[in-house]
Amino acid sequence: MTAPLVLEPQGDGWRLQVSGDWSLAEIPQIETQLEALPARLSGTVLCDWNATSAGIGPAWALLRRVADAGPAPAAIHHTGNPPHFLELLQRLQLERHAAYEALAPPATIEGEVGKLGRWAVLQALHARGVVDFLGRIAAVVSQFFHRPRALRISSLVRHIYETGITAIPIVSLIAFLISVIVAYLGAQQLSRFGADIFVVDLVTIAVLREMGVLLTAIIVAGRSGSAFAAEIGVMQLNEETDALRAMGMNPIEVLVVPRVLALIIVLPLLTVIADAMGLAGGGLLSLINLHIPLPQFTARMRESLGPTTFWSGLIKAPVFAVLIAMVGTYRGMQVRDSARELGRLTTVAVVQSIFMVILADALFAVLFVQIGF
Amino acid sequence: MLDSSYDPVIRVSGLRNRFGSQVVHDGLNMEVRQHEIFGVVGGSGAGKSVLLRSILGLRRPEGGSVELYGRDVQSLAAADRSSLVQSYGVTFQNGALISSLTVAQNVQLPLREHYSLSEKTLDELAEMNLLMVGLQPESGLKFPSQLSGGMIKRAALARALALEPKLLFLDEPTAGLDPISAAAFDELLLYLHSQLRLTVVMITHDLDTLFRTCSRVGVIVDNMMISDSLEGMLRNPHPWIHAYFHGERARGVEKETHG
Repeated sequence: MTAPLVLEPQGDGWRLQVSGDWSLAEIPQIETQLEALPARLSGTVLCDWNATSAGIGPAWALLRRVADAGPAPAAIHHTGNPPHFLELLQRLQLERHAAYEALAPPATIEGEVGKLGRWAVLQALHARGVVDFLGRIAAVVSQFFHRPRALRISSLVRHIYETGITAIPIVSLIAFLISVIVAYLGAQQLSRFGADIFVVDLVTIAVLREMGVLLTAIIVAGRSGSAFAAEIGVMQLNEETDALRAMGMNPIEVLVVPRVLALIIVLPLLTVIADAMGLAGGGLLSLINLHIPLPQFTARMRESLGPTTFWSGLIKAPVFAVLIAMVGTYRGMQVRDSARELGRLTTVAVVQSIFMVILADALFAVLFVQIGF
Repeated sequence: MLDSSYDPVIRVSGLRNRFGSQVVHDGLNMEVRQHEIFGVVGGSGAGKSVLLRSILGLRRPEGGSVELYGRDVQSLAAADRSSLVQSYGVTFQNGALISSLTVAQNVQLPLREHYSLSEKTLDELAEMNLLMVGLQPESGLKFPSQLSGGMIKRAALARALALEPKLLFLDEPTAGLDPISAAAFDELLLYLHSQLRLTVVMITHDLDTLFRTCSRVGVIVDNMMISDSLEGMLRNPHPWIHAYFHGERARGVEKETHG
């Protein structure tokens, strides 16, 4: 069905004949009819309503286009059989007229300079936010000495359990499998030179120095960094953090510091487990694939170990823990207003903490080479 | 297609709902007629929201039937369901505006879903719906978190009206508003009701709203519903109903409305 719209001149103005079906269901066809209206109409407009049914949306669209073409609300008249909500429509027309007359365009700086300026201000605010966050954490930590209650033991234990104990299976499994893969690839290359035994050196040094701690940190960033951001983010949305503040509790002390401390405690322990599982994986593959018996594997392993091999891996764990926990909790505290922000900042937390972990690892590598650690 | 002039618009018969061993509704009957504003009242936990969810088909009741426009809600085919959903508008207690969309986008959401329209027309329709509920057109650019409580209620109403329904469900539309905003909302509702020829079902605790707007009231007591006009309710001897309509809070309102 169509929605015919006939416009014809009448006197010093126009006569608009409206007939057919003008319900909302017909609005796609009505749209094309409205597009055909001229951009300028002068004088008065008389709307002659003979529509079989009319929805308020299509009727509004018609009157709006007519009004935009020139005539003031007072110059639009109605006749025939107008819809029952005509009074409401006319009132809305007047309100719209008034609303736009009162509206002044806001003053803004446009163009590339404006964009650059906004970006710079935003970055400065972000930097200030990070410094502010670090300062607040430091302030809470400094209270531990004269106010032991600031250390929330029960909360700390809960986070140690959630980020540590429950992560043991997945960390073990991944460390084991990756180490098997490295040993397998190494064995393929080294056996061509008859240097099979060096697979043990490869596995030992790779796992203890880099892979154990790095894999653990990445898994924990994915598991716990996202959980931190999401938990604290939802609390922000529910005004729970505001409630804490109103009760005289510091959200940094109650929510952030226990998570940071828990991760500092947990990540080195997980790293030790990952190291052990990684060596076990290397030993198993050596036994099956290269027929190196276990006593020979362990003897060779001891020879390849330097005094700092194990510690150079483990010492990085607390640093990674601080990075992961701080990024996660900071992004969580940034959540405002909407569910989309929560999702976005949780993603940012994971991506950024993994990036920071890898960046820190690269810096450690350079540092250790420089100081011969 | 649904016959939107079917009377009664809503017929609930023998509705039974329970959570575990806790019975909420047991043989609840309710009828809403064309073009009336029907208020649903009941104590906290009496099952007002459960009733609404059952009518909307968001919850499958343990027993009984719900008919909208003479069609059983439970046994509708998917295509009929879609046209049924388009025939009514709902506002939820806390607005339930999608937080990642602006107010205007929220209003356009059902229109985008069910029709293919140009952006220009969508903007025009959003503008109309916002004006209709008394919001300035430029507030359409704001996000729900930037609105006050009263504005959220109005924006939710604008979204509920976007598909031009003949039937409107309002869940506590004036809860959490100051008396002046609540009174303004009542006026708005009455005006839209008469202009758009709406049938309204409203859950409310606000006695002012009840007395000012509702033509009939249904009270949920003893897991059932007693429906009557306001005058009838005032004479009802049931202890809960008597306490509700003759309590300290009710007396002032009564004096005001009945002189």
